[in-house]
Amino acid sequence: MSDLDDLISTADVVVCCGSGGVGKTTTAAALGLQAAHNGRRCVVVTIDPAKRLADALGVPGRLTNDPIRLTVEGSGELWALMLDTATTFDGLVVANAINEQQATRILANPFYRNIAGSLGGTQEYMAAERLLALHLDKRFDLVIVDTPPTRNALDFLDAPKTLSRFLDHPVFKLMMMPTRRGLRVLSVAAQPILRQIGKVIGTEVLADALAFFQALEGMETGFRNRADDVIKLLHGDRTKFVLIASPRTDTIDEAIYFADRLEEKDLAVGAIIVNRATPDFGKPEGKQPRRIADAALYDNQAQLHALAVGEREHVAPLVADTGRKPTWVPLLPGDVHDLDALDTIRSLLFTGSATAEASR
Amino acid sequence: MNPLQFLTDARVVIVAGKGGVGKTTVTAVLARAAIDQGLRVLVVELDGKPALANLVGPDIPCLALTPPAALAEYLETHGLGRVARRLATTGVIEVVATAAPGIDDIVVLGKIKQLEQTGQYDLIVVDGPAAGHAITFLMAPVNLLKLVRGGPIHSQATDVAGLLTDVSRSQVILVTLPETTPVNEVIETADALKKEGGLRLGPAVVNAFDAGEDLPVDRAPEGTPLRAAAEFRNARRGLHRRESKRLAKTLDLPHICLPLITSAALDADSIKQLAEELGASS
Repeated sequence: MSDLDDLISTADVVVCCGSGGVGKTTTAAALGLQAAHNGRRCVVVTIDPAKRLADALGVPGRLTNDPIRLTVEGSGELWALMLDTATTFDGLVVANAINEQQATRILANPFYRNIAGSLGGTQEYMAAERLLALHLDKRFDLVIVDTPPTRNALDFLDAPKTLSRFLDHPVFKLMMMPTRRGLRVLSVAAQPILRQIGKVIGTEVLADALAFFQALEGMETGFRNRADDVIKLLHGDRTKFVLIASPRTDTIDEAIYFADRLEEKDLAVGAIIVNRATPDFGKPEGKQPRRIADAALYDNQAQLHALAVGEREHVAPLVADTGRKPTWVPLLPGDVHDLDALDTIRSLLFTGSATAEASR
Repeated sequence: MNPLQFLTDARVVIVAGKGGVGKTTVTAVLARAAIDQGLRVLVVELDGKPALANLVGPDIPCLALTPPAALAEYLETHGLGRVARRLATTGVIEVVATAAPGIDDIVVLGKIKQLEQTGQYDLIVVDGPAAGHAITFLMAPVNLLKLVRGGPIHSQATDVAGLLTDVSRSQVILVTLPETTPVNEVIETADALKKEGGLRLGPAVVNAFDAGEDLPVDRAPEGTPLRAAAEFRNARRGLHRRESKRLAKTLDLPHICLPLITSAALDADSIKQLAEELGASS
């Protein structure tokens, strides 16, 4: 059984990571397709706001924040959704608020409205949050997540901890102080360190921010517990990480970096996929022919062969680093943007992986 | 007409595009082409990619900018050095960043603006931020201005918005690959940037374009690897031609093609070669 077969039949959560442009989204969708073929009830989550996953899955228009069920072959189910950070954050606030008034106060805060959808790190945190929610959702038994490019994907792993750290931060505590001591926003803003921050960012922004943090009073425990659950899930036996790369030195370097970070965090790399590999047709036979037209054919095969050999050399360090044999997916003659093409990728990854391997 | 004319249109060029399309390659090629024309060039990179310095070569200065360093420097030069040190030692920099989203982009852009104003360089080529963040990055000043209504960051955002919206001072070069999805994405990005308004879009760059005549497939016997290889190559070239044609038709911008490098590794020599070809094509 290959790494991928094993992964698709036993994992509860699959996280796809790699740098930009290596085909993460397409791979996530193809893995989901196979899982549905095998009878699993699978949901694929993308955080890529581009229409890529929708296109690949043949969904007209865009995916939404609520899972959509797709028509696929097999006894299982395939669902897909696109993470909407702001909506997910709103849901988290409503779920953890002590009462309706608190939820309303937070949701209406200008500072909150600003950070909910756009703040760096929020997206990663919400992706982790959503992952947990979907994992707990009885409709699905496998969740496949497509992460943002590598650097941010690491934030995705750190996001729950970052939140805990932030809640423990002295400045946060200082901001939370007023309600405890019955002080008002303005007197807190007069604290020397906050006054200095206010000087830089402007006092209105600071006041909005303080009002937001004060409105959070009492919700920290809920957030913290939730973050702990996410961390536990990411470290679970049935959560697997799939590293995706293309056979270029820069994406391989990123994949190695990521593999190292995962190992550091004691997280499991379940499989490695190398996409967009130049197909190798072997060395051309004999010598270069004299006729120009025949020589062009000869040179073409030689060029592709040289590229493929070079690519294998680029990937070698990743194999050495992780001790895992990658599944190779060749560059296709066309682009992958419909369900048929996606099915081709699926069969190359699974049933056809042997052929892809043999052709190398 | 000189295909590199656009390099002298504005002093700041920001190279943007989704991950994997070759932003870094294009940055290096543009910098190399500009220095070949006798311009004084500076390369700025924001991603901490050491690869860029190796690609551009030792004769072009390459500056790595990071938000924390840029913020500290900004505060220091604006008489807020004490705040800067305090922020650094107490680690509340993330709190500041949380309170005013986009602030890190602003200070980085502010530093670029400052370099532009020194007049020390004829061209500053910026290797834009990673995948997907281009729009957020470029729109940061406008969005921050909606939020912050006073203070030094407000004036910084105003200055930076001034640089980005002055078509004689800066332009954005969008990079894509000649494939369906990247072309769709670059069209979407261009539309979004046009809608937000004010930014100048320079020529779009189609990277790794596999040019060349179709191979005479029929001359290879059926069922041979020779034939399969030729069929594959022709299909790829066909895709590249179709997609770059579609881009030219849909996007109301001139576009430049950088040829596919078929050697295994991309290094300073391939950048030189690409820059020369770019200068020679017309």
